[in-house]
Amino acid sequence: MVNTKISLCGVEIKNPIIPASGTFGFGYEFAEIYDINVLGSLSFKGTTLEPRFGNPTPRIAECSEGLLNAVGLQNPGVDKVLSEELPKLKACFTDPVMANVSGFSLDDYRETVQKLDAEDQIGWFEINVSCPNVHGGGMSFGTDPKAAASVTAEVRKVTKKPVIMKLTPNVTDIVSIAKACEEAGADGISLINTLLGMRIDLKTKKPILANKMGGFSGPAIMPVALRMIYQVYDAVKIPIVGMGGVSTAEDVIEMMLAGATAVEVGAANLRDPFASKKIAEDLPRAMEKYGITDLKSIIGGAH
Amino acid sequence: MKQGIYTILHHEKIAKDIYKMVLLGDTTAITAPGQFVNILLEGKYLRRPISICDWSDATITLIYKVVGGGTEQMSRLHVNDRLDLLVGLGNGYNTEKCGQKPLLIGGGVGVPPLYGLCKKLIAEGKKPHVILGFNTAEEVFLKEEFEELGAAVTVATADGSVGVKGFVTTAMEGLDYDYFCTCGPEPMFRAIEKIAKTSGQYSFEERMGCGFGACMGCSCKTKYGNKRICKEGPVMEREEIIW
Repeated sequence: MVNTKISLCGVEIKNPIIPASGTFGFGYEFAEIYDINVLGSLSFKGTTLEPRFGNPTPRIAECSEGLLNAVGLQNPGVDKVLSEELPKLKACFTDPVMANVSGFSLDDYRETVQKLDAEDQIGWFEINVSCPNVHGGGMSFGTDPKAAASVTAEVRKVTKKPVIMKLTPNVTDIVSIAKACEEAGADGISLINTLLGMRIDLKTKKPILANKMGGFSGPAIMPVALRMIYQVYDAVKIPIVGMGGVSTAEDVIEMMLAGATAVEVGAANLRDPFASKKIAEDLPRAMEKYGITDLKSIIGGAH
Repeated sequence: MKQGIYTILHHEKIAKDIYKMVLLGDTTAITAPGQFVNILLEGKYLRRPISICDWSDATITLIYKVVGGGTEQMSRLHVNDRLDLLVGLGNGYNTEKCGQKPLLIGGGVGVPPLYGLCKKLIAEGKKPHVILGFNTAEEVFLKEEFEELGAAVTVATADGSVGVKGFVTTAMEGLDYDYFCTCGPEPMFRAIEKIAKTSGQYSFEERMGCGFGACMGCSCKTKYGNKRICKEGPVMEREEIIW
């Protein structure tokens, strides 16, 4: 018997597999096709203070081993998330969930977290300072250590739950930003969000996405994610939630060796709705194959 | 929605750039004409959404057009090749609202889902009239199949090489109908919207990420709130659409 349990910021979960925000709705959509309780947790759709429709379509463009998206944080707003979405999520998932929060100002972040904080099922906050698809918000906080620290500190004021800062890879020095978040009181670091990219339609000779640029995710970006997790692991003491192209149980092990305590699965859910379930169920086999009996023992093992 | 592995029973070219593929496998997830399948192709990251033309207890018929690398790759598949499909996606046409003399208007590669719809309407005792619009004679397909179902069929071609010379809207002039259902390119929709005399249903296309409602890649605004083309659509009612 192998042990897949891990503890993320003091919250124990049965395995480290967490569907990534924006690829898994509020969980109940997937609960129609399988019992999502096989998953360690899930990070729900990025929530903002006000409802958002997001960007014009096309919002999706395919790439080799991945895709670009420029959804632009479509969500019903925190009040409806609390009144309509989370009750439906609670009906199909019993363990703690990760609340993914985005904002356009410090006040936005603080007020959204404050509203969500009372919800018992939320085990962690994952604060998105890295959305590449929204102008004037999100990523601008995540590209500067001081700004990332100020969001961390602002959110820290209103919750005792673990605060995990989700960082963008679209920076020169990810380590300085991760360290700034840790110093400002973050309990964890989540990385990487998508890489800013573009595709051009040869028939129209214009960018495919209405937003022109979008976030690149999928297996193609995994080496970038591994490198950044490895670098950040060396520099901070708080746990890392790793993501970026994870598609197999072997990918999960590789990310944990780089330094991730838990692993999010994103684009793979869109290609195969059963991807997260398959990875979670396949993990014991992959662990046995590589002689791993206790999964948490391998975190950072590549260092 | 169900995921399954489907075996190609039949695959042939039926018109210019148009292929017909019959797949063997579970069809229990299909509940209405106008739904679609999402096909995984080797070497392609995202699936290809293709509308269902017709289905039986054990087979799904797809008619698709080669429009890019994915569909070109599909066209080279052989009988007995196996494909990973998500089946029964989206909301199809609601035939209860279709009246007694519905008009079905298909443009180009928008024609196939109307076949399954026409079959259902006739089974319900309704008398559909079908207008099929194409650019030119060599692109025409499914005309005889609609006639075999017992529907009245009018073909319109832009160059007049067969049928009525003009667009589907030319063929609509003077027809008596009490409802309409359409699938085709958006400029055709806009032309229909200007002259249609009744309520109706439109089936939309959009670039999709997942095809089953998870990614918010294909959202649109309607008079009844935000909808996902892949989940609440692709078929929408005339009254809710914001043009």
